[in-house]
Amino acid sequence: MAQTDGDLRRTPLYEAHKALGARMMPFAGWEMPVQYTSIIAEHRAVRSRAGLFDVSHLGRIRIEGPQAEPLLQRVLTVDVSRMAPGKARYSMLCREDGGILDDPVLYRLEADRFILVCNAISTRKVLDWLGTWNKSYGATLTDVTQETGALAFQGPRAAGHLAVLCTSTLNEMPPFTCVPARVAGLQGLVARTGYTGEDGFEIYLHVPGPLALWQVLMQHGMVPCGLGARDTLRLEAGFLLYGQDMDETVNPFEAGLERFVHLEKREFVGREALLVARDRPPERRMVGLVLVGPGVARSGYPILHQGWPVGRVTSGTYAPTLDVSIALGYVPPAVSSPGTRLEIDIRGRTAEAEVVSRPFYRREKFLPP
Amino acid sequence: MNPPDCRYSREHEWVRLEPGGTAQVGITDFAQQELGDVVFLTLPQAGETLAQFHKFGEIESVKAVSDLYAPISGEVVEVNSGVAEHPELVNQEPYVRGWLLRIRVTDKNELDNLLSANDYEALVALKGQH
Repeated sequence: MAQTDGDLRRTPLYEAHKALGARMMPFAGWEMPVQYTSIIAEHRAVRSRAGLFDVSHLGRIRIEGPQAEPLLQRVLTVDVSRMAPGKARYSMLCREDGGILDDPVLYRLEADRFILVCNAISTRKVLDWLGTWNKSYGATLTDVTQETGALAFQGPRAAGHLAVLCTSTLNEMPPFTCVPARVAGLQGLVARTGYTGEDGFEIYLHVPGPLALWQVLMQHGMVPCGLGARDTLRLEAGFLLYGQDMDETVNPFEAGLERFVHLEKREFVGREALLVARDRPPERRMVGLVLVGPGVARSGYPILHQGWPVGRVTSGTYAPTLDVSIALGYVPPAVSSPGTRLEIDIRGRTAEAEVVSRPFYRREKFLPP
Repeated sequence: MNPPDCRYSREHEWVRLEPGGTAQVGITDFAQQELGDVVFLTLPQAGETLAQFHKFGEIESVKAVSDLYAPISGEVVEVNSGVAEHPELVNQEPYVRGWLLRIRVTDKNELDNLLSANDYEALVALKGQH
């Protein structure tokens, strides 16, 4: 899919990225920063202190009205009725055959007001899907991606830095909650969510709020981080990337995401197929792999068992925090147990790898004083 | 700036002649910037021979993998153990502590097939334009 630069969308922070000398790259139809200085340095900033990401490319869809909950209850795999206002939840939209359409995060602002944040690559598709099902419900759907922006502020020191700028008592916010708040005088939605495996926040603001808050946080000396570090951080945390680690041909049981499928929920799109999938051994399972020796396993590389091809790597990287190479990929269940020895074909060289349980990296719950 | 005492290949390797018929080989500053954080190197061992413009190894960064091509023919006499332990030296000091191999040069005339620092800078400037 050739895409010329002219077709690429730009976030409200585009000029700020250029001014910082970021290396820009096309990503899911957007021109996004990959790195400002070094992926490893940005990665370490998030693990040890805090880092600031522009995540305005993520799709933001507002769903409102008395029919909002019934619509979401129908299309999402999680039980929306059990979400109180102020809660956030990772979820999936599945097709009737159980294939994953996207894995958005749902924020419940009020009883009849939600924001669904989906992958940039899926935003159009999710809007169409919601629109189709909404014909039977009549909720108010609005794509607010263009008029808003989003910053992810992640790392063990993020809460402390943000508390200084914020009206709400952020330290008391549990993970996966959200609250309307003023940050540096700017009205926005502050959520204790993220995609890095660290404590942190995602902050949603109307334009031009994202640029203003970005500038304030930069003045406080925060480290700007690009999509390169976002990718290495999420992989260490064992998070899947939609469009790369799973797509419509994969169901949540194969992807290892079954805990986000609430089959006890009465009726939702894909439930019949997912009930079957639950009771039938899957043909393949997503596994985490750690390379025993040097080298980096990259997307598409064959996974072997005793020399025989059994699957392919979907994502792989050098993991800066762990100082080993890690990968995700699908293999048959028979060779998916932690401890199983597999091999990865790295451009004709066979590298030993071991199946491990995810996440690869787990943060310490409490910071040392 | 690329050191004037090196010669450069179009594949972004450099070679620096030393007294006694040996030469150091590495990758250029432009190459390390394009690659980003270097995390692994696959290099030949002492005693192996390199042929000019032929692949002699691989360099892996967080984002990409790239083949290494010999800027000049010769026999490997030393592999920089520093970069094996600290691949980031290739990013930090590509022309100094980030050198990769020391080789005994087979034919100094092969240097004529390489670019001067000025010519290499012109090549890189061209690449930077698009």
